[in-house]
Amino acid sequence: MFITGRAWKYGDNINTDVIFPGKYTYTVTERAEIARHALEDLDPTFAANVQPGDVIVGGRNFGCGSSREQAATCLVYNGVGAIVAVSFSRIFYRNALNNGLLAIACPEAAAAIQPGEQVTIDAEQHVIRCAAGEFAFPPLSASVMGIVAAGGLVEYVKRKLAAA
Amino acid sequence: MSGQTFAQKALARAAGLDFVEVGQVVDARPDIVLSHDNTAAIRRIWQQFGQERVLIPDRIAITLDHAVPAPTTKHAQNHAEIRQFVQEQGIRHFFEVGRGICHQVLSEEAIVLPGQLILGADSHTTHFGWLGAFGAGIGRSEVATLWATGELWLRVPESMKIVLEGELPPGVTAKDFALRVIGDLGADGGLYMSVEFHGSGIEAMSLESRMVLPNMMAEFGAKNAWIAPDAKTVAYLEQRLKRRLEIGDWRLGAGTHSPLSSLQSLISNFQSLLSDADATYAAIHHYRAADLEPSIACPHSVDKVVPLSAVAGTRVQQAFLGTCTNGRLEDLAAAAEVIRGRRVAPGVRFLVIPASSEVLKAALERGYIQDFVEAGAVIGVPGCGPCMGNHMGIPAPGEVTISSANRNFRGRMGTADSEIYLANPAVVAATAVAGVIVDPREIGE
Ligand code: SF4
Repeated sequence: MFITGRAWKYGDNINTDVIFPGKYTYTVTERAEIARHALEDLDPTFAANVQPGDVIVGGRNFGCGSSREQAATCLVYNGVGAIVAVSFSRIFYRNALNNGLLAIACPEAAAAIQPGEQVTIDAEQHVIRCAAGEFAFPPLSASVMGIVAAGGLVEYVKRKLAAA
Repeated sequence: MSGQTFAQKALARAAGLDFVEVGQVVDARPDIVLSHDNTAAIRRIWQQFGQERVLIPDRIAITLDHAVPAPTTKHAQNHAEIRQFVQEQGIRHFFEVGRGICHQVLSEEAIVLPGQLILGADSHTTHFGWLGAFGAGIGRSEVATLWATGELWLRVPESMKIVLEGELPPGVTAKDFALRVIGDLGADGGLYMSVEFHGSGIEAMSLESRMVLPNMMAEFGAKNAWIAPDAKTVAYLEQRLKRRLEIGDWRLGAGTHSPLSSLQSLISNFQSLLSDADATYAAIHHYRAADLEPSIACPHSVDKVVPLSAVAGTRVQQAFLGTCTNGRLEDLAAAAEVIRGRRVAPGVRFLVIPASSEVLKAALERGYIQDFVEAGAVIGVPGCGPCMGNHMGIPAPGEVTISSANRNFRGRMGTADSEIYLANPAVVAATAVAGVIVDPREIGE
């Protein structure tokens, strides 16, 4: 699995309210509309310009705050390929993986990647490539990788229930 | 074998194992799965599984609280869908609009017990650590999965111990302590951790004050937070469990010969889930209550914490008292004490929203609501109010709010271009009176 795209770089403690504002959580349900509000209060240029495969780069505690899953799905619906950060908030981290979105904690890569540059992630070899070089990251546990590979938790559970 | 932490014991129990190691990934079976206004969205995910019935309806608890009463047709439709689901699936732990905020209501109803595992589609599910339970927030797909299969993967977390010695000085609250810890160690200071509170300062606290701590630990990155249950906790639960026994909740052993004695044994069984004295901690932090003072978290991050004096004089347009963090009777009492006989400052709105109908009723009985209304405050319907920017107190661009809530991210209350300061309830009330951030001990007659 290869992911290639441009880097959108942000700082520490990027929280779920700026990724997907709380005021939309019970009324905005269409995919396209959810996608349109992504990062609205942080970077109003993001949703209009993001390309499939692009990579979000964050600092510490990316995705802190609410449990709202749209904070992950609004990125998935925009075609975001992966998120590389120094560290992730735990519910956001679960939500990302559970929606098939790779969340990679790699402080060295998160520091090295420059805004707008081309980034390639080789999920099989656990390597991130960018202008500054190659950065290895630890593999996910086999069971969690199974969820990501299935395209997310819902698909994974569907298969499990069908097999039972 | 060295001792075990609460997190190890609780997750071993929930996974049906004798022992689990830190870092181990287990399939845990929660006792209760919480959701709120997001239940309709979770139902749509669950429907993809093609099931007609959820696996265990009695393990599901649903509260309508985040946007109540419905502010728009869309919100009303959302609620209607949830009611339909509740009826279809025979879900008994369902609480209607106006009953209150999920964490407060499930606490009052004693739906969660010491040592149990509660997973909720709400980040502040950490709250239930106040009664010795393991509470953690999860996502919507995960709740749908739990409805369908009853189990979910969880990693057994490292634990951090925070010790508070001595009694809090007058005017200093559990909120100030929580803000201080987060300010000192950062909004990710407890990332992935099970945060345990220990010490004489915690034992001395009222239950309502204790509730603030695990609640706030969601802002610390914690997976869960925990306070050992004691005689106070058990007395609280006993009184409320009697009500539950009357409705015949099977999980309490109702239908057996002596439901109350099985209740007693249920509670005493959880003593075995306390952390061992020789358990291993990733970090231990000590605080002395006497060193603490009223604290304020400044915009736009909960860890931008300063002593109140550093921001005294900051003008506000709105003061908000409420939420699952600080909307309880003791909080309303502290604020009423400050505001009684005074008036809200011109140019300021003071919103008071009790965390539950039970809190509202008690506040009425004690005359606090009278005090607030006479001072010029606005009383809201028990629920989350404007905490997450849905309705009932959205600030205008450029406005400043002082709030007793737990979160002050940019845009949290619905307006990106506005500022939120977080404080304890008495400071919120004093600020409403003064129009500027002020120490309640310093406002004039
Ligand atoms: S009061 Fe605020 S923090 Fe608490 S559950 Fe409601 S929205 Fe969440």
